[in-house]
Amino acid sequence: MTRRQRRLALIGGALAVLAAAVALVLGALKDSIVFFNSPTDVVEKHVKPGTRMRVGGLVKEGSVQRGDALAVRFDVTDGRNTVAVAYQGLLPDLFREGQGIVAEGALEPGGTFRADSVLAKHDETYMPKEVADALKKQGHWKAEYEKKVGAAPQGMMPQGLAPQGIMPQGRAQ
Amino acid sequence: MIAELGHYALVLALGLALVQAVVPIIGARRNDPVLMAVAAPTAIAQLCFVAFAFVALIACYVRSDFSVLNVFENSHSAKPLIYKITGVWGNHEGSMLLWVLILSVYGALVALFGSNLPTRLRANVLGVQALIAVAFDLFILMTSNPFLRVAQPPFEGRDLNPILQDPGLAIHPPLLYLGYVGLSISFSFAMAALIDGRIDAAWARWVRPWTLLAWMFLTLGIAMGSYWAYYTLGWGGWWFWDPVENASFMPWLAATALLHSALVMEKRDALKVWTILLAILAFSLSLIGTFLVRSGVLTSVHAFATDPMRGVFILAILVLFIGGGLALFALRAPLLKQGGLFAPVSREGALVLNNLFLVSACAAVFVGTLYPLALEAITGEKISVGAPFFNATFVPLFVPLLIAVPFGPMLAWKRGDLLGVAQRLVGAAGVASVAIAVIFAMEGGGPILVPFAIGLAVFVMAGAVTEIVERTGLLKVPFPTAVRRARGMPRSAWGAAIAHFGLGITLLGIIGETQWSSERIAELKPGQSISIRRYDLRFDGTTMRQGPNYRDLTAHFTVRRHGELIGVMQPAKRSFPSRGTGTTESALMTRGVGQLYLSLGDPHPDGAIPVRLYFKPLVLLIWLGAVVMVMGGGLSLSDRRLRVGAPKPAKKVGKPALQPAE
Repeated sequence: MTRRQRRLALIGGALAVLAAAVALVLGALKDSIVFFNSPTDVVEKHVKPGTRMRVGGLVKEGSVQRGDALAVRFDVTDGRNTVAVAYQGLLPDLFREGQGIVAEGALEPGGTFRADSVLAKHDETYMPKEVADALKKQGHWKAEYEKKVGAAPQGMMPQGLAPQGIMPQGRAQ
Repeated sequence: MIAELGHYALVLALGLALVQAVVPIIGARRNDPVLMAVAAPTAIAQLCFVAFAFVALIACYVRSDFSVLNVFENSHSAKPLIYKITGVWGNHEGSMLLWVLILSVYGALVALFGSNLPTRLRANVLGVQALIAVAFDLFILMTSNPFLRVAQPPFEGRDLNPILQDPGLAIHPPLLYLGYVGLSISFSFAMAALIDGRIDAAWARWVRPWTLLAWMFLTLGIAMGSYWAYYTLGWGGWWFWDPVENASFMPWLAATALLHSALVMEKRDALKVWTILLAILAFSLSLIGTFLVRSGVLTSVHAFATDPMRGVFILAILVLFIGGGLALFALRAPLLKQGGLFAPVSREGALVLNNLFLVSACAAVFVGTLYPLALEAITGEKISVGAPFFNATFVPLFVPLLIAVPFGPMLAWKRGDLLGVAQRLVGAAGVASVAIAVIFAMEGGGPILVPFAIGLAVFVMAGAVTEIVERTGLLKVPFPTAVRRARGMPRSAWGAAIAHFGLGITLLGIIGETQWSSERIAELKPGQSISIRRYDLRFDGTTMRQGPNYRDLTAHFTVRRHGELIGVMQPAKRSFPSRGTGTTESALMTRGVGQLYLSLGDPHPDGAIPVRLYFKPLVLLIWLGAVVMVMGGGLSLSDRRLRVGAPKPAKKVGKPALQPAE
């Protein structure tokens, strides 16, 4: 083979791999990403039951009911609307009433959100960012959160400080 | 006083870095040996001053000097000494200082061990290295100064985030930074080659040990971080495809590609331009990782806008080094000489394939990590890109690479014989087929892909063994001859085979953990039991214990296997009054290469306690494989030809670069 042919073979191979990579990425972006919704989004967008998504907000005071075999039901609110969440399993260390959480799962036909994971961040001064934004949007943002979140030196937030490297990687479930 | 001295030392280090960034490069341009000779002593002096600053900060922490803001925010007088020290880099400012310290350590190493480098190359490398130091020194001094004082010193500090009060913090960040920052050396070498417009096989021989060293630290750092997350987060996950993790994984993929392409350059003088580009990309990904984690964009795109100073500064550093590096590349790379010729089927061809897949996989991770940020910044729509995305993109790109791993080292340089190699790998394929059949028989109705995935892992390992067997002729020649040949084999060949074997081990662990873990969740009262596989765990009750700055609620479990007592497990809930938060301390019991994993939920008022119990059969192989990979790297590094700073001087001295400076 001449230098030219060899080079063409190389470039052809490279393009084939790249094309495969691009196709995979585009396919995956279509199918395997999950949107975040606030309870108001859930009500207003009429999300179809069965669509995977994340819902985040504050755990409504007095709404947590524990059932048998670690079943738990609670309401997530952004101040204007509320979504009932059902979950079975261990809740994260920082789960408590009034605390911001993010649940991932899908709506059931009855309107209950069936979560298969509930996330809370490590540091209790930290509010999941989606939740903070959603609360601000609903005008339900209290100054005390600001004190906890906005004013907290960046280094104190788990991910601000977290770091590749500083926090153990990953998030608590 | 100590804080001020540290601050002052850091300013002096900045001054030295400025000198080192300017004088040697001018010297190299003018061919002035006196100016070029400035580089080495300045690099060493710079290390001394940065180290002084770092020690000063440690002293502030050890003495619990809460008049220093950084100490007040991240320390507590009751904290054990080890966490007072590790807390230094458990926060933004301190960890940036560690970054700069490691940067200057590498600079000083080049200065100390680079005496046999061509003078101009060394001057340029140290100059570029100092330029990076200038940027980060300025960043610390202007936006993240750890030495700031508080006007009214408080009596007590706010304590370190409890999750960080763990031995993992002592080991993981320094290792990871040693890897991250180590890639700056390859970058500086690439820049120096471009500035000089000259690059040859000797260059690759100098770069490869440094890249290898960085790669080893990065591998260990990532593995260590993964194990830390596994035992500390309480739900048994070891990899989450979290942006923070991807930030360290992308440089690892690029560094792995760079290791392999530098090999082609060293042996065959080909792929020069590509190797230079990879060196730039690898360090760029380190910088992007630093930006992602340090600027706060991950916490919120908006946090970035509300505290713009830091973010914008890091962004400027990114633009300067990545943009500058790529611009210089575009300008000078066409001047580099054409390299050696090779057929598509050859060792070079296999290494190109390796690079293609590694870089594509890296690009997929890059898109998955940055797409949500870009989308939110542009449309405001919030999405999460998690494991499903990476499983659908990263895995299909990695599987062909893994299939190719055993073939690569067996192909000849220049022109290989694929059929011949395939014949020699029949044994390895046979072993893999047996593994597939065994797993298939054991699993019965399980997912069909699992036996094949295990088969692939076995193939990679058997391929590494085959290579050694082939090279030594173990089955063909008398045993003593084979031993003699094994002794004579270059250590880098041993290293490569061992590293590839380690890759197979990690793969085996990953598949075993994801497919065969079992999980039980239950609420237990004292006296009740929970069982998993053949293990029974009896909950005997709880006790309270007071630690130095926390309280433990420890639950006691006796573990029986087939009714026979084999030990106790004591998971705990730990609460830290200083921060009003707590952590879950899971209990681990190692059984062979598997582990029992037990963690607690919040106890109920009636004495019942929710527990989460896992049995993870092959989980330890994941990290064991990484350690084996690093051992392979170490062996390769100890090869005479590659020993850091002591490469054999290139034989055919005829190149002006290798003659003493005029």
